Amino acid sequence: MVLNFGEKQDMKAPGPITGVEDLKRWKEEGLRSISPEVVKVTVGMATCGLASGAQSVFDALAEELGKASPEAVVAKTGCMGFCEMEPIVEVRHPGRPRVIYREMTGEKARKLVAGILDGDVNKQWALATVDESSNGSPPATIEGIPRLCDLPFYQKQKKITLARCGQIDPENLAEYIAAGGYSALWQAVRGKTSDEIIAEIERSGLRGRGGAGFPTGRKWRFTRGAAGDRKFVVCNADEGDPGAYMDRSLLEGDPFAILEGMTIGAYAIGAREGFIYVRDEYPLAIEKLEKAVVQAWACGLLGGNIMGTDFSFDVRLIRGGGAFVCGEETALIASIEGRPGEPRQRPPFPAEKGLWGKPTNINNVETWATVPWILAHGADEYGGLGTETSKGTKVFSVVGKINNTGLIEVPMGITLREIVYDIGDGIPGGKKFKAIQTGGPSGGCIPEELLDLPVDYESLTRAGAIMGSGGMIVMDEETCMVDVARYFLEFLKEESCGKCAPCREGIDRALEILQRICRGKGEEDDIQTLEAIGRMMQGFALCALGATASNPVLSTIRHFRDEYQAHIQDGRCPAGVCRELIRYRIDREKCNGCTLCVKVCPQQAITGEKKEAHVVNEARCVKCGMCYEVCKQGAIEKE
Amino acid sequence: MISLRIDGRTVEVEPETTVLDAARSAGIAIATLCDHQSLGAYGACRLCTVEITDGPKTTLQASCCYPVKEGLVVRTDAPAVVEGRTLLLQLLLARCPDVPAVRELAEEWGVRDTPFTRKNEDCVLCGLCVRACEQVVGAEAIGFSGRGTSRQVGTPFNFTSDACLACGACTYVCPTGRMQMEAETVARFRKRIGTERKCRYMLMGVVDSKLCPNNYDCRRCAFDHAMEYRFGTHPAFAVAAARVKETPAPA
Repeated sequence: MVLNFGEKQDMKAPGPITGVEDLKRWKEEGLRSISPEVVKVTVGMATCGLASGAQSVFDALAEELGKASPEAVVAKTGCMGFCEMEPIVEVRHPGRPRVIYREMTGEKARKLVAGILDGDVNKQWALATVDESSNGSPPATIEGIPRLCDLPFYQKQKKITLARCGQIDPENLAEYIAAGGYSALWQAVRGKTSDEIIAEIERSGLRGRGGAGFPTGRKWRFTRGAAGDRKFVVCNADEGDPGAYMDRSLLEGDPFAILEGMTIGAYAIGAREGFIYVRDEYPLAIEKLEKAVVQAWACGLLGGNIMGTDFSFDVRLIRGGGAFVCGEETALIASIEGRPGEPRQRPPFPAEKGLWGKPTNINNVETWATVPWILAHGADEYGGLGTETSKGTKVFSVVGKINNTGLIEVPMGITLREIVYDIGDGIPGGKKFKAIQTGGPSGGCIPEELLDLPVDYESLTRAGAIMGSGGMIVMDEETCMVDVARYFLEFLKEESCGKCAPCREGIDRALEILQRICRGKGEEDDIQTLEAIGRMMQGFALCALGATASNPVLSTIRHFRDEYQAHIQDGRCPAGVCRELIRYRIDREKCNGCTLCVKVCPQQAITGEKKEAHVVNEARCVKCGMCYEVCKQGAIEKE
Repeated sequence: MISLRIDGRTVEVEPETTVLDAARSAGIAIATLCDHQSLGAYGACRLCTVEITDGPKTTLQASCCYPVKEGLVVRTDAPAVVEGRTLLLQLLLARCPDVPAVRELAEEWGVRDTPFTRKNEDCVLCGLCVRACEQVVGAEAIGFSGRGTSRQVGTPFNFTSDACLACGACTYVCPTGRMQMEAETVARFRKRIGTERKCRYMLMGVVDSKLCPNNYDCRRCAFDHAMEYRFGTHPAFAVAAARVKETPAPA
C-alpha cells in the first residue's frame, strides 16, 4: 500500500516495521532527517509559535534559503517550551553547535539567511546554543552565547515527557523513531507479558496527570481484571482549563508518543480499540494527530498485527464539541457514545462499565505520553525522580504575570518558589508576587507564605489547591483575589452541565454573591454563606467539576480573607481592580500638564490647561484606567 | 441478604438494593426529588445525600445511586448532611419559591425561608419527565437543552414534536406542575382522520386496538377514566411495571 504522507513528506517510507532491521532502517532515515549533511533551519510551529508569527518567519526562510541554497532544509517542529521567546528558529550547521534564535520576525529571518550559509552567528538575536555531539569532548560553545541547558529557564527542568517536543518534526515517524520512539512498544509486544508491563508502571509510581492523580498502574490492573472480552482505552485530550496547554503542546509536538503509550496500554490491558477525545478548539493538534495515525497505521504500528505480532489495536479520533465538563471521564464517555456530555454517578467506574458498558481505561495525554519513557528507561529511573508519593516529572504551563511564560517539565517536589523565581524569572515590572493559581478552575490560589511548598499531589491539596492538569497562573499585586474567584466561577457557571442541583444552583448563587462583593454591595455574612455553599458542593455535587468548583472561592477566602473583608467592610479594593470600588485622582504636585491623559480619555473626563495640573471629573469617569496606564509622571493615583 | 446499619439500626436487604431503598424499607425517611420507583437512578437533585462509612473511608454519597454492601454504616442525620441538605433546599426554594411541591418538601425538612434572591422558576430540572418519556413511554419526545443555568426541558428546538404520543406521562410525573401538554400537540392529533385517530392507550401499547371516539378530549372520556381507575396510576407506568415483571430473571 502506498500512502502519500502530505506535501512536505517526500521522505521515502522505508516500509512496514516487523523486525529489528526495519527499526534500524527507520532510525537511520530519521537520523539523516534530524541532522542532515546540509544546513538545516528549524522553526517552532506549534500554536504558541504560530500565534507569535512563526508562519511568516517560515515563509521568509523558505523563500530566501530556497533562492540562496536549494539543498538547505527548512523544517518545522513543535513547541520548545520557551513560549515567551517565540517565534524560535534553530540553525544547524553540520559539525557545529546549533544556534537558537529568539523572537524572530519575517524581516529578521531574511537578514539572518544571508549569514547562515557562511556560518555567521548573529549574537544579538541568539538565545542559546546546543551541542550534543557525543564523542566525549566537552560540548562546543560559541563565545558570548550561553548554552541552552545553562539558561535559568532550562536549568532546573528535567525533560522526559517533553523531551522530543520542539526537537523533532512531529509529522515524521522516522524522526520519532530516531529519537528513541517505538523501542518501548517493541520491547513490550516482543518480550513482555501484560502483567510485567502493569507491574512496571505500578512500580514507577506514575499517577494520572489529568488532575486527580490516581495511580496509573492500578487503574490498568482494574481494567485488565474487569469482566468482558471487549475493552477500550481512551486518551482524554479535552484540555479546557484557562491558561493550560500541556496537552496541546504534546499533541502538536510529539503525537507518536501518545499513540505509542496507548498501544502499550492497550496491549497490557487487553484492549483492541482506542479513542482519542480531542477538543475541536485544537485544530493543529487534530491535524498532527491525524497524520500520525495514518503513518503509524501504514507502518504496522497501529491496526492489525502490530510489529509483526498477532496483537491488533486501532485508534479513532473523536472531536469534542467544546464542553469543559467533557473532560470528566463519565461525561467524556457519554460524549463519545453520542449522548449529551453529562456525567453520571460513579460507581460503577469506567474500569468496570465504561464505553457502551464495557471496561474502559481513560488516561490523560500526558500520562499516555510518559508511558513509553518508563518502559524504555525502567521504572526505577522514573521512580527515582520526585517525592515519596508523587514520582517522576510533571509538565506545567506557567502563565500570567511572569517574565518567562512557557511550558516546563520539572521533577515533582520542586518548590513553587523555584518555579516562579528561577525558571519563571519573577514578576515583570518589578511588581510584587501575590499568588499562584494551580489546577485551573477546580484549583486554588496559593499565597506567598506558601511559596516554599513542594509541588506534589498531597502538599497542593493540603494548601487548598490541586495539582490539576498542570496550569499555573501567576498573579501579581495588581490582581484582586475576589475578582479572580469571580472570574473562575463565571467560567464554571458557563461550563457546568446543569444536571445536578448543588453545582448548577450553588455556582450561580456563589457567583451572585461574589459579583455583589465586587460591586461594593457585600454583606457581613457573605463570607460565611460562600463557605457554606462551598462545603455543600464539595460533598453533594455529582461529579468532580461540581465538587471542586468551590475551590477558587474557598482557597481565596482561606488565604486572602482580609481582601474579602476590605471589599465588604471598607468598600475598598486593595488591588485596585474592582471598578466600582476605585477612584482615579491626579496628584497636582506631580502632574506637569502634558495633556496625554486628556487625549486618551474616552469620556473626556479629564480637563486642564496645558502645563497646568489636570483634574478628573468623577461623574464622567468610567474607570477604564487608560490615563493611569499612559501617564509618564505617575501623577494619576488609584484609590 | 446484606446487612448494614442506618442511623444506628440494623437493616437487612437484598443485594443490588440502593441505600435509599434500604432506608425506606426500614421506615427511615430520606428527602428526594428526582427519584421514582419506575425510573432508573439519576442522582441529579442530590437531596438524598447521606454519610456512608465503608471500612476506613467516610464520604458523602447520593443514597439513590449507592448500592448496599455488607457492613456499611449510614447516617442520614450527620451534621454535614443536615447542613448541606438545608442549604440545598434553600437553593431550590430560591429557584422555585412558588411551587407547592418544593415548598412542602422544604418545610418537611425544616426549611421555611431562603436567604437567596428568588428566581421564580417553575421547573426544578429533576428530569422525571424526560426519563419517563424515554424509559417508560419509549417516545423520547422531550429532552434537555442548554447548559448550566440555561438548562431547560423541552421538545427539540421547542417545535411541536412528532414523536410525542400525547400520553401525558410527563405531566403525570412532574412534581411541580410545570410540564403541560401544549394545545398544539392535541390539535395535531385532532387533525388526523379515520384509522389514524388512535387512542393514547393504543399508542402506549396498553390496548391492541382502540380509536378515539372523543376527539382527543381525554378528560371527558369514559374509557380513559375507566383505565385510570383500573391501573391506579398513569397507564404508561403501569405498562412499564408489567413489562419488568414479565422479563425473566437472568439465570
